[in-house]
Amino acid sequence: MRKLALKVTEIETLSPLVKRFRFEDPKGGALPVFSGGAHITVEMPEGETIRRNSYSLISDPYDGSGYEIAVRREDRGRGGSRFMHTQVREGDEITVSSPANLFQLDLRARKHVLLAGGIGITPFLSQLRQLGMEQKPYELHYAARSREEAAGLKLLPEAAHIHIHISEEGARMDLGAILDGQPLGTHVYTCGPDGLIKAVADQASRLGWPRTAVHSEAFTAPPPGEPFEVVVKSSGKTVTVKADQSLLEALEAAKVEIDYSCRGGACGRCQTHVTACDGRILHNDHWLSEAERAEQKTIMPCMSRFKGARLELDL
Amino acid sequence: MTMQFNEETFRGDYTFRNSPAAVRRFPFPFDRDSYAYSVNIEQHPGGPKGSPFEFAFDVDEHYVAEMKDREITLAEDPMRCQSLPHMELAGWDLLELIMVSKARDYPELFKLTRDGNAWHWINKPLGIDKKFTFLDPTTLPCGPMEYITRQAQGDFALLHEREGNLWLDAGMVTSQADWSLDFDVGMNFFEWHAPVPKARKMGVFDKALKFLLAVTQEQSYRRLNWTMTVNPRLDTSPENYHKWGPEKRTITPENVGAKQFLRVELQTFWRLPRSNALAFPIRCYLCNLEDIATQPKWGRRLHRVLRDIDPDLAEYKGFAVNQKMIVEYLSQYDDGAPTSPGIFPED
Repeated sequence: MRKLALKVTEIETLSPLVKRFRFEDPKGGALPVFSGGAHITVEMPEGETIRRNSYSLISDPYDGSGYEIAVRREDRGRGGSRFMHTQVREGDEITVSSPANLFQLDLRARKHVLLAGGIGITPFLSQLRQLGMEQKPYELHYAARSREEAAGLKLLPEAAHIHIHISEEGARMDLGAILDGQPLGTHVYTCGPDGLIKAVADQASRLGWPRTAVHSEAFTAPPPGEPFEVVVKSSGKTVTVKADQSLLEALEAAKVEIDYSCRGGACGRCQTHVTACDGRILHNDHWLSEAERAEQKTIMPCMSRFKGARLELDL
Repeated sequence: MTMQFNEETFRGDYTFRNSPAAVRRFPFPFDRDSYAYSVNIEQHPGGPKGSPFEFAFDVDEHYVAEMKDREITLAEDPMRCQSLPHMELAGWDLLELIMVSKARDYPELFKLTRDGNAWHWINKPLGIDKKFTFLDPTTLPCGPMEYITRQAQGDFALLHEREGNLWLDAGMVTSQADWSLDFDVGMNFFEWHAPVPKARKMGVFDKALKFLLAVTQEQSYRRLNWTMTVNPRLDTSPENYHKWGPEKRTITPENVGAKQFLRVELQTFWRLPRSNALAFPIRCYLCNLEDIATQPKWGRRLHRVLRDIDPDLAEYKGFAVNQKMIVEYLSQYDDGAPTSPGIFPED
């Protein structure tokens, strides 16, 4: 994966928990442009460990002058977002991947309906700029608990087709009303909590939407957990995964070669075959099917953890 | 040194010729003395200076003649160039990729000046000097994909990613090894590869699709594919099979060295930035057996490869009918000496 060494040029507090970061080329060069919904992976070195989290780009996709992301502080996370909030300063150097997209717009759609819950607004911020430039009809619905928490409010333009639903103010998002009566050829995209994604999928299915017109993105940062050990089959080496480390990060730290892209359990790239499992894999990804999870023969190291006596990976 | 462009034809009197320099830089596809399907993928661009791998989009002595041949094919059959409506953005991405690459790699031939979206493109070999607005199709005489691929050698397919698959939703295809864009347009990866023998069962396409979906922007790849063609004809399409199919029967032991061509495709894979589509350029290189045999390593190796190839592949690649004559002819260049690994000529 191609890496870009950038400089942090702006940090803005959008809400008590969310900060916006802007990265630019230190020499002022143009960065690769991207497509709406793309993300970058940010490297966060702390002592011996390098954490890597993926964040949706929220800036104008066709503007190569800089990349912007919005990071929500997760105090119960592995420490990646806390690092971004507490350690990163304007002027710092930061290494990111070139953009990749697992949540692209389907430009065949006659109309696009974008549904965001909380920090799930982020991929839509670049998408709506792309839709604007492509002059495609769309509507965006953004649901948040309170106005104070709704970091996206500062980043969204005011327009008739952008709808804000603040549940504290009694304006909950009514999925039935939004999805019913949309013109044929409409595609719906959801990003937010699992519950919202599932509710949209259910509602769309009840209304007879084609499955291929219903898109979602659920990838999140890997959760922390109890420390555990894995054995690398090719070398016989035992790798310890710390509480605030993902399995993928621990393997990388141990110089085990492994492919990745989203680091959020959505792209399938790091899928790894399990050669021995005496215990229970704690699957946290959005990639494997229920049947695959139950078999315990494959694991997504970017998200998932393990509890038990022995886990051996085909690496 | 300025590049000299050949005056030559790829149909009718077939005056196509490779200069000795073009023969030496021919992308000979066999890195060993036998052939089997393999995932022969490398990063692209990158390769020895002067080789067709050096730059993103190779421009060689056949450039101007190939573009004239494309014009003839398109005039007879406009359906060789198709772009489904959602692929226009990918067309602009491709136009940018090709213009930026060519202007950077061949500054004596191409020039691109950009001021925001106001672009000025100069293509000296084809005598084009055009000012237009990037992303505004009304400022070009045709769609962006058609515009730029009328100025770039090789075929182009633009693949749309959705549902974990790739869909052949746009392309410019006039120098193809017997496949039809008009037939394949709108198909997914498994559908358009259905005619390839054995590979599906071997799991080749599952792996290939997984690889392609993982191609990221700023990191592109290439592979070589090959077939055999009688006469230096670019347009070996199913639509025109009646024109070139019978030519297979014109091969004799006397003319096989001159009329039988090894046809090599330099296929590259690019993730396009704005559309997130994949561009799949397929550049065709032709070299007849006589010219191949001027490189002793290639003469020996091609003899062994074509002698021992799986009969199903000889059939699929369309040369089974002449295989005996081809192998016989090449045998005079094979003294049984060992060959060195890799595709490049010795010395």
